[in-house]
Amino acid sequence: MPGALSRRAFVGAAAIGVAAIRSRVVAQTTPRVVVVGGGFGGASCARELRRSGFEVTLVEPNPVYTACPFSNAVLAGLRSIEAQQFGLDALEREGIRVVRQKAARVAPQDRRVSLDDGSTLDYDRLVLSPGIDIRFDALPGYDEDAAAVLPHAWKAGEQTLLLRRQLEAMDDGGTVIISAPSNPFRCPPGPYERASLIAHYLKTHKPRSKLLILDAKDTFSKQRLFTSAWQALYPNIIEWVSLSSGGKVTEVDAKTRTLVTEFGRHTGDVVNVIAPQRAGQIAQEAGVADRTGWCPIDPVTFESRLQPNIHVIGDATIAGGMPKSAFSANAQAKVCAAAITSLLRGQAPVEPKLINTCYSLVAPDYGISVAGVYRPVNGVLTDVEGAGGTSPADAPPSFRAQEAVYAEAWFQTITANVFG
Amino acid sequence: MVTPWQQRIAPIAVAVALLCAAAPAMAQSAAPPGASSCSGCHGPQPGAAVPSLEGLDPEAIVAAMEAFRSGQREATIMNRIAKGFSDEETRALAAWVSQKH
Repeated sequence: MPGALSRRAFVGAAAIGVAAIRSRVVAQTTPRVVVVGGGFGGASCARELRRSGFEVTLVEPNPVYTACPFSNAVLAGLRSIEAQQFGLDALEREGIRVVRQKAARVAPQDRRVSLDDGSTLDYDRLVLSPGIDIRFDALPGYDEDAAAVLPHAWKAGEQTLLLRRQLEAMDDGGTVIISAPSNPFRCPPGPYERASLIAHYLKTHKPRSKLLILDAKDTFSKQRLFTSAWQALYPNIIEWVSLSSGGKVTEVDAKTRTLVTEFGRHTGDVVNVIAPQRAGQIAQEAGVADRTGWCPIDPVTFESRLQPNIHVIGDATIAGGMPKSAFSANAQAKVCAAAITSLLRGQAPVEPKLINTCYSLVAPDYGISVAGVYRPVNGVLTDVEGAGGTSPADAPPSFRAQEAVYAEAWFQTITANVFG
Repeated sequence: MVTPWQQRIAPIAVAVALLCAAAPAMAQSAAPPGASSCSGCHGPQPGAAVPSLEGLDPEAIVAAMEAFRSGQREATIMNRIAKGFSDEETRALAAWVSQKH
């Protein structure tokens, strides 16, 4: 903010003595872009847009962002929550105006965002990067009160710490249950990385304990790699119950810590409900989410298919083959910013390619990955054939250890890229 | 209070301000397809576990990508990513990522 103010003050001072009209021309020729959401997508996009010379306002109510990638290591006691936390100071130093308010409404016809305090922001282009919201209407018995007892921990922060405290307090010999949702949801390999790292904690601290995964799916991301790692590392700890074996949770009883499935009831000592999700609230308010709760976009510009001049990036989008990941959000942010730059300069946006890379830790020295390269085909982001895929199934321990090192290196690099 | 000096300097200051605003835009060429994704792993820091690409010879990047693609050079993940780009795309991408952004 100081940068933006001083620049404006400079232009203002410079305009003294010149026809007043000229200062208006200066003001009007700098397009205004508003970005809502200061996570991996929003912060990346704001920085890129600022580098293009636009007047950029970032709307984010939280003073500190807690990153989800690697938050499963916090649950396992392998990492502090502080290592997950980032501020927006670097963005302010770069001249991005950070408004610490919640975006309440969007009027697409007026190109105006209303904030919680009643103030408004006008835009030429709006970028929404709202992440996910938990659907507290989707699973009977699982509302916000229930989440205070049975955490979802699918937005990192207080929920992560709550689940960590519950795991620490549990007696040896206890049962942990993770309920995994059907597709689509944030971070497809996340529930299984979480199961792995909690199992690592149980194995090393509470070896008589069990971990049960109740799944609303029959297949999941990196399945072969996770399954063989579990057999090798946690054979008597992890049990996975698929959809067709009755894994889908249909009801939650928070009082008794019980999950009801189509086939029976499961009571745990610690219960983690990774509930169904949708695009963050502001996407619903702006009218950019469809009936699925997610946001259809043009894969070249990430402009909404439902509202003009509004772009959506990150987990909130329907991005074809691209998974909902921090890497995807960062890659999409850069492509979106480049497209907005072209559009605001009256140029045609370049047809992009995007990469995704997702690392998961199965143990502190055991990493696995999935990668993909994507391009728009008939309006949908589609896997480039022959590229991408998971780590090999038959790799030696040195390979797994190397991928664990790269996982940590990735986190350091991307968070510096996003938050400075 | 506006002095004559300020009156004379003002149009120049406006021009400078406009140039300053436009400078980052001019310094930044548009990323060719795929290139802007690379900085998700490859940062500016020399000596990182995932190597920095800044300042490398673009030809060396092209050669590495070709070796990853053919399997000549062992990799954990770059073999899977390199296969997503044609020779032409790889050359454009290498030229862009070797510059500072």
